[in-house]
Amino acid sequence: MSANNVSHQFYDDYAVRKFTVMAVIWGVVGMLMGAVIASQLAFPELNLGISWTSFGRLRPVHTNLVIFAFGGCALFATSLYVVQRTCQTTLQFPQLSRYMFWGYQAVIVAALISLPLGYTSGKEYAEFEWPIDLLLLVVWVMYIFVFFGTIAARKVKHIYVANWFYGAFIVVVAILHVVNSMAIPADWMKSYSIYAGVQDAMIQWWYGHNVVGFILTAGFLGMMYYFVPKQVGRPVYSYRLSIVHFWGLIFTYMWAGSHHLHYTALPDWTQSVGMVLSLILLAPSWGGMINGMMTMSGAWHKLRDDPILRFLIVSLSFYGMSTFEGPMMAIKTVNSLSHYTDWTIGHVHSGALGWVGFIAMGSLYYLIPRLYGQKQMYSIKAIEIHFWLATIGVVIYITAMWVSGVTQGLMWRAMNDDGTLAYTFVESVKASHPYYVIRLFGGALYLTGMVIMLWNTFKTVSMGQATRAAIPSKLVHA
Amino acid sequence: MSDFTSNFWSYFISFIVIGGIIGCLALLLMTSKVKQMSDTDNTTGHVYDEDIVEMNNPLPRWWMWLFIITCVFGAAYLIIYPGLGIYKGTAGWTSINQYEQEVAETKKKIAPIYAKFAAMKPEDVAQDSKAMAIGERLFMNNCSQCHGSDARGSRGFPNLTDNDWLYGGSPEKIKETITLGRHGMMPPMAAALGSAEDVKNVANYVLSLSGSMYHSGRAGLGQQKFAICAACHGADGKGNQAIGAPNLTDNVWLHGAGEAAIIKRINEGKDNQMPAQGERLTEEQIHVLTAYIWRFSNLPDSQKPDNQANTK
Repeated sequence: MSANNVSHQFYDDYAVRKFTVMAVIWGVVGMLMGAVIASQLAFPELNLGISWTSFGRLRPVHTNLVIFAFGGCALFATSLYVVQRTCQTTLQFPQLSRYMFWGYQAVIVAALISLPLGYTSGKEYAEFEWPIDLLLLVVWVMYIFVFFGTIAARKVKHIYVANWFYGAFIVVVAILHVVNSMAIPADWMKSYSIYAGVQDAMIQWWYGHNVVGFILTAGFLGMMYYFVPKQVGRPVYSYRLSIVHFWGLIFTYMWAGSHHLHYTALPDWTQSVGMVLSLILLAPSWGGMINGMMTMSGAWHKLRDDPILRFLIVSLSFYGMSTFEGPMMAIKTVNSLSHYTDWTIGHVHSGALGWVGFIAMGSLYYLIPRLYGQKQMYSIKAIEIHFWLATIGVVIYITAMWVSGVTQGLMWRAMNDDGTLAYTFVESVKASHPYYVIRLFGGALYLTGMVIMLWNTFKTVSMGQATRAAIPSKLVHA
Repeated sequence: MSDFTSNFWSYFISFIVIGGIIGCLALLLMTSKVKQMSDTDNTTGHVYDEDIVEMNNPLPRWWMWLFIITCVFGAAYLIIYPGLGIYKGTAGWTSINQYEQEVAETKKKIAPIYAKFAAMKPEDVAQDSKAMAIGERLFMNNCSQCHGSDARGSRGFPNLTDNDWLYGGSPEKIKETITLGRHGMMPPMAAALGSAEDVKNVANYVLSLSGSMYHSGRAGLGQQKFAICAACHGADGKGNQAIGAPNLTDNVWLHGAGEAAIIKRINEGKDNQMPAQGERLTEEQIHVLTAYIWRFSNLPDSQKPDNQANTK
C-alpha cells in the first residue's frame, strides 16, 4: 500500500481481536464437550451417576458452545472486521462493540453454569432461561447498532455481498430469538413458553431450522464471500448469482422449519409447505457454493501449498454436500426413514464440522496474523496438520453416523409376518454401539486439530502485538 | 375440522407460498438475461477493500434448470397434496387416512396367523411353540420396556415369573390386565394410623408377617393399628386381588423391602399405573400374549425369554 494511500484514520479492531481469540478457545471447549458426550453415548458409565455430568445436561452445553460460543464469536469477529474493510470506514459506536464482547462472554459463562445445573427452557438450541435471554437480547441490539451503523457510514457506494449475508443473519436472529423465547417467568430461573402444544413445536422448529439457516448458513456465507476472494486473490465469480441465491435463500429458509415435524400432530398442509420449500432451497443454497468454488477458477494450483485455502475450499464441498442432503431428508418418504436416527446427527455434523468449522478455521487463520502484526501464522506446518486431522475426523464421524442412522431406521421399521417389530429398541442400540465408538474417534481427531490451532494461535499472538490497521484514504471504488 | 380460525389465513398462506415460488422464478428470469455490466472486463466495477472485485458471469445453465425443476416439482406437489391452506389437493391424501389404511391392511394381513390360536384355550396356546414365538416378540415389543426382557420386572414393575399376582394370575385376569391396564392406588395412611411412632410400630408388624427382621415389641404394639390396613390388605395381610392390594406375607416387595421403605409407603401412599394395551394390540394378539405370560408361572418348562429368539 503506497504512502499517499494511507490516512491517519484506523480501523477499530478491539472487539475483532478479542472475539477471534475467544472463538478459538470456545471452539476447543465446545468440541471437548462434544467428545465427552460422544464417549457417554458409547460408554454410559461415563455419565458418572452425577446429574451435573449426565448426557442430558452436557449435550446442550456442547451445542450452545459450538454454535453460539465458537460460531458466534467467529461471526462477530469476522463481521466486525469485514464490515469495516468493505465499507472502508471505522466501526461506528466502538464503545458498544466492547460492551458487546463482554456481554456476550457473560451470556456464554452463564450458560456454562446454568445448563449443567439443570436450568433450561427445554427448547433445543434455545435452552437459556429468561434472564440470560434478556442479556443476549441487549448484546444483540448493540450488535445491530454497531454493524448497521457502520454500513450506514460507509465510504463506498455499494454494500458488498458479504454484508448482505451478515446483515440478514443479524436481523433474522433478532427476530428468531425474540419470538421463540417468549415466555412467562415463574421465578428467577424458570419460565413457561407462551405457546402451547403443536404451535410451540412449530415455533421452536421455525426457530431451530433458521438458526441453521441464518447463523450457520447465511452468517458463514458472509465469511465465505470475504475470505475466499481475499485468500485466492481472484474476483468473485458472479454478482448476479449472489443476488439470486441471496434472496432465494433467505425467503425459502424461513419456511423450511416444519420438515422437522413430519408425521407429527402438525397439520398436513404445514408439513407439505415445509417439504416443498426445503426442496426449492437446494438451488439457492448451491448458488453460494458455485460462487465460492468458481472464484477459484484459474487459481486451483494454489491449493497445493496453501492450507488456509484448502480449509476454505473443503468447507464449500461439505456445504454443497449437506445442502443437498438436507432437502433430500426433508422429503417425507426419506424423512420417515431418517427421522430420529443418527442420520440426522451425521447430517448436522457434516454441515457443522465440515462447512461451519472449516470456513471459520480458514477465516480465523487468515485473520489472526493480520490482527497481531504478523505475516502469517506461527506454524504453517501446524495448519497443514490441523487440516488433515480435521478432514479425516469429519469423514470418519459422518460416515459412522450415516451407517448407524440407516441401520437404526431399517431396524425400527422391519416387521415380522405376525405384525410385531422384528427388532426391539435395545437391539438397535446394540447395533449402533460400534459406530458410536468410531464416531468418538473421528470427533477426537477433529478436537485434536482444534487444540493444535489453539497452540498455533497463542504462539502467533505472543510473537506479535496488536496493531492498528490504517484505513486507505483513497477510494478505489469507481 | 379446519386448521384455520378464519379463511383469511388460508389465503394468506397460499398467497405467500405461490407468490414465493413465482418470485423465485421471476428473480431467476430477471438475472438470467445476458447483459454487459459497466466495465469491459466483465466485472461490476465495484471494488471493495482495495482488491475484491466481482465478475458478473451468467448463471450456470444446469443450476438454473435445477432451480426451475425444484420449483415445478414443488408446485405440482402442492396441486396433488394438501399444502395451500384449506385446499385439500387432488389426491385426497391425508396423513390420518394413510395411517388408518396401513393399520387396517396390517390387521387384515396378520388375521389368519392369529385365527388358529384365537380358537384355542390360553392353556393350550401356551403349549404351541409357534404361538409362543409370536408371544415372545409381542412381549419384547410391548411389555419388556417395563417388565424387563426376562419378565422379572424391577422396582415398581411387577415380576411376571413368580406366583405372586396383584390382580390374579388366571388367564382371564391376565387378559383383563393387559387389555384394560391397571391402576393401583394406596392412600397415605399416616394420619389414620396416628403418630410417627404408630407408623413405625405398624411397619414392624407388617415385617413380622413375612418373617422378615422386626422389632417384636413394636410389632406387638402395631398389631392393633393394623386393623386399619386390613380393610384392603385383609386381616391376615394376604392382600386382596379384587382391588390389587398386595400380599404382605410373602416377602415380595414391589416398592422396596425393609422398615424404611414400608414407612415411606404408609406415609406417602402409592399411585402406580399400567397403561391399557387394548387400543394398541388386537384381541387376538392379547390372547397369545396372555398365554405367553401365564406360561411363566404355570408351566415348569417355561424358561425366561431368550433375547436372541426374536431376531431370527
